[in-house]
Amino acid sequence: MRISLFITCFNDTLFPRTGQATVELLERLGHEVTFPEEQTCCGQMHFNTGYSDEAAALVRRFVRVFADEEIIVCPSGSCAGMVRDAYPRVAEQAGDDQLANEVAALGSRVFELSELLVDKLEVEDVGAYYPHRVTYHPTCHSLRLLRVGDKPLRLLRAVRGIDLVELEESRECCGFGGTFAVKNPDVSTAMLADKIRHVLDTRAEVCSAADNSCLMHIGGGLARLRTGTRTVHLAEILAATE
Amino acid sequence: MSRTERLGFPAAAREALADTQLRRNIGKATQTIRAKRAAVVEELDDWEELREAGRAIKERTLRHLPAYLEQLEASVTAAGGRVHWARDGAEANAIVAGIAEAHDSREIIKVKSLASDEIKFNEAMAARGISAWETDLAELIIQLGDDEQSHILVPAIHRNRAEIRELFQRTLAAEGEQVTDEPAALAELARKHLRRKFLSVPVGVSGANFCVAETGTICVVESEGNGRMCTTLPRVLVTIAGIEKVLPTWGDLEVFLALLPRSSTGERMNPYTSLWSGVTEGDGPEEFHLVLLDNGRSDVLADDFARQTLNCIRCSACLNVCPVYERTGGHAYESVYPGPIGAILTPQLVGLDEAGTLPYASSLCGACYEVCPVKIDIPSVLVHLRGKVVAKKREKRLDPEVAALKTAAFAFSTRGRYERAQKLSRGQKVLGRGRGSVPPPLSAWTGARDLPEVPTQTFREWWRGRANGHGGG
Amino acid sequence: MPGAREEMMGRLRAALGDVPPEETPLDVAVTRDYDRALDMPVSDRLAMFAERVAEYRATVHRVAGPSELADALGEACERHGVRSLVVAVGVPEDWRPAGVDVLDDSALTHAELDAADGVLTGCAAGIALTGTIALESGPLSGRRAISLLPDLHLCVIEAEQVLGTVSELFERVTPGLPVTLISGPSATSDIELNRVEGVHGPRRLEVFLLD
Repeated sequence: MRISLFITCFNDTLFPRTGQATVELLERLGHEVTFPEEQTCCGQMHFNTGYSDEAAALVRRFVRVFADEEIIVCPSGSCAGMVRDAYPRVAEQAGDDQLANEVAALGSRVFELSELLVDKLEVEDVGAYYPHRVTYHPTCHSLRLLRVGDKPLRLLRAVRGIDLVELEESRECCGFGGTFAVKNPDVSTAMLADKIRHVLDTRAEVCSAADNSCLMHIGGGLARLRTGTRTVHLAEILAATE
Repeated sequence: MSRTERLGFPAAAREALADTQLRRNIGKATQTIRAKRAAVVEELDDWEELREAGRAIKERTLRHLPAYLEQLEASVTAAGGRVHWARDGAEANAIVAGIAEAHDSREIIKVKSLASDEIKFNEAMAARGISAWETDLAELIIQLGDDEQSHILVPAIHRNRAEIRELFQRTLAAEGEQVTDEPAALAELARKHLRRKFLSVPVGVSGANFCVAETGTICVVESEGNGRMCTTLPRVLVTIAGIEKVLPTWGDLEVFLALLPRSSTGERMNPYTSLWSGVTEGDGPEEFHLVLLDNGRSDVLADDFARQTLNCIRCSACLNVCPVYERTGGHAYESVYPGPIGAILTPQLVGLDEAGTLPYASSLCGACYEVCPVKIDIPSVLVHLRGKVVAKKREKRLDPEVAALKTAAFAFSTRGRYERAQKLSRGQKVLGRGRGSVPPPLSAWTGARDLPEVPTQTFREWWRGRANGHGGG
Repeated sequence: MPGAREEMMGRLRAALGDVPPEETPLDVAVTRDYDRALDMPVSDRLAMFAERVAEYRATVHRVAGPSELADALGEACERHGVRSLVVAVGVPEDWRPAGVDVLDDSALTHAELDAADGVLTGCAAGIALTGTIALESGPLSGRRAISLLPDLHLCVIEAEQVLGTVSELFERVTPGLPVTLISGPSATSDIELNRVEGVHGPRRLEVFLLD
C-alpha cells in the first residue's frame, strides 16, 4: 500500500529516530511510504491552550497538505487524536461547514501507528527482534480518544526476544498534558513521580509508548533521578531487527 | 482557613501537595470509592444506555428550562407548597431568613447542600442572628472545627480520627466525659447531639438532588438519615435548589436514581432517598417553600457549548478518578465545587477574572468524561473555557503568552518558516543544556526533568538525504 | 422578591436564543434502551431481593404466612429487648406480635416516637436489583416520622410487592405522596472512610418477606 507519513512537528524536530523507524518498518513490510514535505503542525498545542483561531489556520493547512492521501500514518497518539477528535470541533467553532466536511472525511484516513498495523495492514508479528525488558505506558489519547485498546501490546508480544512486563495503574495519566507540564509543574511532577514508581517496579530497562511527548516527560524524570531506565518509542522497538 | 484572595490553582496546589496527611487520606478515599464504583457499574449491562438517557433528558430539560420551571412552580403550588425565585445568593438567603423570622425561629437545622455552601448560607444566617446547624456528620465536623470542605461527598476526608476526637471532646462532650477515637463512638456522640436538635428546631432547610416538574416532587438522596429528619420533623421546610436541578417527569427519576448511587458512593442504592410534593396533611411539615436559585446558572446556560456543565448531578465520580484532584484535594480549587466539574463550573459561575487558572488545572487525560454519568465532555469544555481566557489576554497589549503562541503559529504557517525555525532551535542549543539554566517557562520543566538534546538532523533532512541516495540515518 | 421571577425567566429565554422557537421538548430525542424490567422467574427475583437487602447488613427473614410472621416478629422483639412497639395504623391485626406494648400510631408526638423501642410497618414495594424497600405515606407504611425515630425498624413486605427494577418501582408508587426508599440501615463513611452503621435513622433494620 501507499502510506503517507504525518511525522508531527515534535517528532520531526526532537525525535527524528521515531520517524526513521516508522519508515523502515513499513518498508520492511513491503509498503511504499511517502512524506508530504509541506506538512508542519497539526495545531494541537494551540487548540489545547485556547488559541483556536490559530489552530484553525493550521487545520486548514493540514487538510490541504494531506488532501490527496488515502492512508496517513502518525507515530503519535495525541496528534492522531487531535485530527480525529478535535478537528471537527475546530471546524464547528469556526462555523465553517465546508471545513467540517473535509475534516470528517479526513478522520477516517488518519491512523495512529498501532491502528495502522493491526487494523489496516492486519499484521501483529512485524518481524522485530528486541531482546530487552520492556514495559508499556498506554497514553491518555490512545486510550480514551482513539481507543486503540490492546493493539500496541499485541504488537509488542510478537516481538522476538522481548521480555514484556505489565505496568501497574497503567491507565493513569503521566502528568505531561502539554502546557500543563509548565503551567502546573508541581502537580505534573507529583503525577510523574507515581508513573516513574510504577515503571521502576517492573524492573524494565525500557519504558515504551506511542507518544514521544509523554516519553519525553517520563524519560526526563527517569534521567533526572539517574534510574538507569530509558524511554523508547513503540515504532523504534517494532523497527528493530537482529 | 478561609482566604479572601485567591492564590490561583498552581500556587494553591503547590501548598496542598506538601500536606502529607491530606494526600494519604484523599488518595485512600478516592482509590476506595473508584474501585467500588467500577464494581457496581460492571454488574450492569445497560450502563451506557443509562448514561445516554441521562444525558439526553438533561439536554431536553436545559433547552426548555423556562417551560419546565413554570411547570414545576405550578405543580409545587398545586401540592400546597410555595415557590420563591432568587436571582442570587443574597436574595435566597434573605428569603430563608425571612421565613425563619416569620416563625420566630432563631435556629435552623439543615441537610448538606452544596448550593447553600455556594451562597454562604450559614454565614448569612449568622449575620441575622440565626444559627444554622449542619446535621451531616462530615458537615458537622467542618462546622465545629471552623474548617472548609475538601471533597463533594466526604467533605472532612482531610481530617483523621484523632483530630475529630479532639474536636468533639472540645465542642460536644459533656463535662468530664472522655471521648475515644473509635469511629462508632464518635458517630454516637454526634447522634445524641443532633437528635436533640431534630426534635426541637421548627425550621429545616435542605437542598435538592432533583425537582420533578410534572408532579412538583423534590428528591433528596442521602446515607445517614439526617435528610429524612430535616425534611420530615420540622413544622416548616425550605428547599434551596439550583434551577438546573429540574427534571421533566416522574418517570425520568428512574434513570437518575439508577445513575447517581453507583456513580457517587459505589453502591447499588444509597440508604435513604426521600421524595415529597408540597405538603401532605398528617405527615411531615405543615409548610413547604421551594427557593429556585440562579446565581450565575443562566450565564452557564447562555453558552451553548458549555451549557452541558449544568447536566451535573453532583455525584463526584469525576473527582474520584482525577489524577490532579487525587493529589491536591479540594481546597486547591478555592471553590465549593472542586475537581474536574469544579474546574468548569466555578469559572462560569464566578467569572474568569476570579477563576481563570481553573480551566488549566487539568492534563486533559479524559478519565472524568469516561465516568461522568451524564456524559459531560469535561475536557472539551475545559479547552473551550481556555479559549475564553485567551480572548481576555488578547485584549491586553503585549501579553507574553499570546505573543509566543502567535509566533509559533507564524512559524508553522509555511514550510520555509517552519524549517528555518527548526534550524534556529538547533542553533541556539537552548534545549541542549538539560540542567536548570533555562529561562521561564522552560525552567518549569527543568525543575524536575532533564531535557533531551536537540538532534543535529531533523527527520525531513534525513528523508531528503535518503532520496538523494545518502543512505539511512 | 418582586421582579425576580420575571427577570430570571427573561435571562433564561435570552440564554436559549440558539434553540429554534418551534422546537418542543419532545423534539429532543431521549433513547431509553436501558433495561426497564428484570428478566427472571419470580423465585429468583425474591432470592435476589433477600440477598441484596442482607448485603446492606439488614436482617432478612422469609416467612410463609401471617402466623409464622407474627412469631418471627415476636422473636425479633425479644431479641432486641423491645417493650414498646409503634405500629402503622394499617398493619393487619394478625401480623402484630404478642408480648409487647403495641402503640397504634394515632398522632404520637415526636418525643413519644423517640422513646419507643421499635416500629412495625408494611410497605408499598421493593426492588430486587438494588435491595430496596419503598414506603409510601399511608396506613400500611405509616407516616414518615414513625419509621424514622425509633432505633429498630421491622418492615414486612409481601412477595407480590417485590419488583425487579427502579423503573418498575416508579410505575408502582404514587407520585404526590411522600415516598421513602430504604436500602439498609443508616450509614456513614465520613470518618476515614470507615463505614459506620447508624447515625440518625434506625440503626437496625429487619425485613420480613412474606411468601
